[in-house]
Amino acid sequence: MHVSRLFRATSVCILAVGVHAAFAADALTVVSYGGQYTASQREAHYEPFSKKTGIEIKSVDYNGGLAELVAQVRSGSVSWDVVDVEMQDLERGCSDGLFERVDLDKLPAGSNGQPAKDDFLEGALHPCGVGSVVWSNVIAVNETAFSGRSGPRTIEDFFDVAAFPGKRGLPKRPNALLEWALMADGVEPTSVYDVLSTPEGLNRAFRKLDTIKDESVFWETGAQMIQLLVDGEVAMSTAYNGRIQGVISDDGKPLRILWDRQIWNADYYAVIRGSRGKAAAEEFVRFATATEALAAQAHIIAYGPVRRSAEALIDPEIAATLPTASANFQNALAFNAEWWTDHGDVVNERYASWLSQ
Amino acid sequence: MRGLPNFFLWLVVGTVGLFLLLPILVIIPLSFNPEPYFSFTRKMILLDSDGWSLRWYRQVVQDPQWRLAFKNSMTVAAIVTPIATALGTCAALGLRHLPSSQRSVVTLVLSSPLIVPVIIVAAGTYLLFAPLGLTQSLTGIVLAHTALAAPFVVITVSGALTTFDERLLRAAAILGASPVRAFLRITLPIMAPGIVAGALFAFATSFDEAVLTLFLAGYDQRTIPLQMWSGVRDQLSPAVLVVASLLVTLVSIIMAAIGIQQAIFHRRSERFGRRPEE
Amino acid sequence: MRGFVRFRPGWGLLLPLLVFTAVVFVMPIGVMLWKSVHDPEVSELLPATKIALARWTDETTLPPPASFDALSSDLKKLVENARIGELALRLNREQPGFRQLIERSANEIHGDGAPLMETDRRWSDPSSWRLLKRAAETYTPRYLLNAVDMQIAADGSISRQDEQRQIYLRLFGRTIFVAAIVTGLCAVIGYPFAYALASAKGALRSVLFFVVMLPFWTSLLVRTTAWIVILQRQGVLNELLVSANLIGDNERFALIYNFFGTVIAMVYVLLPFFILPLQAVMRGIPGQYVRAAESLGGNPMRVFGRIYLPMTMPGVAAGGTLVFILSLGYYVTPALVGGRTGQLISNQIAFHIQSSLNWGLASALGTILLAIVVVISIPLSRAVAYGRPQR
Repeated sequence: MHVSRLFRATSVCILAVGVHAAFAADALTVVSYGGQYTASQREAHYEPFSKKTGIEIKSVDYNGGLAELVAQVRSGSVSWDVVDVEMQDLERGCSDGLFERVDLDKLPAGSNGQPAKDDFLEGALHPCGVGSVVWSNVIAVNETAFSGRSGPRTIEDFFDVAAFPGKRGLPKRPNALLEWALMADGVEPTSVYDVLSTPEGLNRAFRKLDTIKDESVFWETGAQMIQLLVDGEVAMSTAYNGRIQGVISDDGKPLRILWDRQIWNADYYAVIRGSRGKAAAEEFVRFATATEALAAQAHIIAYGPVRRSAEALIDPEIAATLPTASANFQNALAFNAEWWTDHGDVVNERYASWLSQ
Repeated sequence: MRGLPNFFLWLVVGTVGLFLLLPILVIIPLSFNPEPYFSFTRKMILLDSDGWSLRWYRQVVQDPQWRLAFKNSMTVAAIVTPIATALGTCAALGLRHLPSSQRSVVTLVLSSPLIVPVIIVAAGTYLLFAPLGLTQSLTGIVLAHTALAAPFVVITVSGALTTFDERLLRAAAILGASPVRAFLRITLPIMAPGIVAGALFAFATSFDEAVLTLFLAGYDQRTIPLQMWSGVRDQLSPAVLVVASLLVTLVSIIMAAIGIQQAIFHRRSERFGRRPEE
Repeated sequence: MRGFVRFRPGWGLLLPLLVFTAVVFVMPIGVMLWKSVHDPEVSELLPATKIALARWTDETTLPPPASFDALSSDLKKLVENARIGELALRLNREQPGFRQLIERSANEIHGDGAPLMETDRRWSDPSSWRLLKRAAETYTPRYLLNAVDMQIAADGSISRQDEQRQIYLRLFGRTIFVAAIVTGLCAVIGYPFAYALASAKGALRSVLFFVVMLPFWTSLLVRTTAWIVILQRQGVLNELLVSANLIGDNERFALIYNFFGTVIAMVYVLLPFFILPLQAVMRGIPGQYVRAAESLGGNPMRVFGRIYLPMTMPGVAAGGTLVFILSLGYYVTPALVGGRTGQLISNQIAFHIQSSLNWGLASALGTILLAIVVVISIPLSRAVAYGRPQR
């Protein structure tokens, strides 16, 4: 009786350990933002990877930010392997030791033979992560608000409430917004971050924002932003290009993307420090950031591939809607995650103060 | 002379009553809206069958996220309720044995989770739990919920015991009943309404808790309130109203059950020869 | 003997919950209070530097050479342990730009063994060293100061925060203001209802009780959602007004996602907490007092003002205290319906815990909020206790 119970308990333990070990070897937990974005990753990255390697991928959603990563790494109970992070979180998390270092030399060359370090867009390779998609901060215009006359075309127009009346949708975070405020005030894209680093430059940006504050509605999530535009509550809004493109092509809503001085950003695949399947995780990152995988994803969601070689593999009609299309990219500004990591605390506090008044 | 103030009083009471009830009741018909809007369409008002649909109910039932949220909420509440009830009931029994000066201090300590603003508790719990690996885990949520729920049990069970006459226990002992038997046959039945009410409070507290859960849960631990939270913040579709309507219905049923249960206990306590105090 | 027996089971039964509460409730608050002043991160990362800088007395000049060696060796070790980024991020919070200074200097020292002075000219500025010395203090008032819009400079002097960055005092003020308005509104609309509930009998009482208890038991998220559905631009109320042609389609009212939305939703959510304790007190007031006063010829208004109202004040105080304190820490409702102008201090606490990861500041904001709650609730609870009719 006792012996059999002991035996049973032992076998359960062995089984549990066995399952655990098998899990560590044959499955990866990949964490991303969910919704349509994760759906595109599943189709273009996860499933082909599983088919090729036999390693199963468990897809987990999160809301971005570093809080959950910090909790896992600091407590030592790491349950994730690969995380999709945006530039600023990658920069900061890398400093904070939340990610494994990437061996950039092991990345495969582009499909046209271009070595990886020349194939990737500048900034898409980071010591802690490999870029996958380019997404962009743009202005989205609700065409119905300007029916019968010419709508806004430039960033200056967005800040010109006299010539282009109507409510503006603004984000509750200052990222990308301060850059636009300065550019609309006449600062060249190349010197935006230098000007923003000076107290006078920062004041100048906020003074520009003051001119549209009373005409503004503030949103917190991408879905709220879409809602404001589609309901006609705002005439135009700062926006993420992928969400807007989705609403245009899937729902046929009368929205238009204004590419003038788009501020592009990227998402990266990074391996969380302490991942139990580190080798497999690295293999996944290499696979998912190869030319073919990136091109496949661009067909599903309107984010641009970070590899230049991928453009040749994308349907031209789709390619034209991507932030990386040359017509859209001409005067694009690269989001400076380092600047935001250095100045974020102060600037966020100041923006929150501005908002609350 | 006195008719006028009375009229005004009832006018005010009626208005306040509508203010309390209408918002909750308004969402129930809207959850049957076939369109993703939050207004009564013409067809709905005309009671046209095209104007009403179970579309969003179907969506909620089939949505894996809502299912996971429901499972997590039930799991957490099902663990929290017995633990909180046991801890709270024991404490309420213990409180009776303390001299009144100590009792008021201990009661204050035990009920402090109800008074301290929950954002403070949530922040502190996060800071304590994060290094221990208790965030993004149901264990952490269960612990935190139990701390919030147990005081309700203490209060309701203590309330039920206020009229308890200890002479009954002595009488039982004289008549030869063992302490265990006396407890089971006398103390427990008297406490029972308090325990049931406390358990309900504990369940509802855990099931409804949003702030601590928001801090402690990862994506996989999302509960019904969290799923509603992100539904409200992201895309306010009538699916949220479906869940809201179901919860309102559930609450109404529980309240009816409590009403019936109280009526029964009312009669049973009269058998003990005491009049229940209100 | 009897006293002993009675004493033991009491504490024995209480112990499990007391211990549980101590660990899961009191300890978290303790951790929060502790973290608002205790910040050992820099001193742990720069142990040698901290010791060396302790001997630095004249802070207008550069510190003694030993400090340079100490910092160099500390930085080198941090690069080797891959923890240099933690220090860089932490110091950057004190002064933007320090992250790059630390990372670059550390890498140069580690890589080519360059002398610290040559890696960046900021190391020949005493103010950089003062900042290090200040940051390496294990106990610091900086978070508490930051939480009341003050700042502590590298030389230790305390001053107001730059005007454009001041926010927390305003939010504390708004939080108290909202709590006061919500409590006042609850009192005005809750008092007559509580009176009706207390004096009603039979079926009417059951109905009124149901009316209070249904929202009380309904999920907070449901109640907040209901108001969004009613008040938003495309919501029930605006649609009603538009379809009745009272307002045009583009004249819809902005009733939610602002200060007004926060107040009305919070009144709704907290009203039962005011009514329930008040009606309990009202039910305890024997009707003969009022009847006696009336029979002695007092007019109804005077009887109400002189007799009834004072007797119900303990209930008003109890309900009011409860509503006020709950309002101070409310998070979910303002976060969902507050928009830009209805945000309260709780939203900043959550932001610093979850997004900016500035846990010291979040703790300090929580500590001050707790202090406000304690300061406000003590006199109020006294008032409640004194006013309670003695039996």
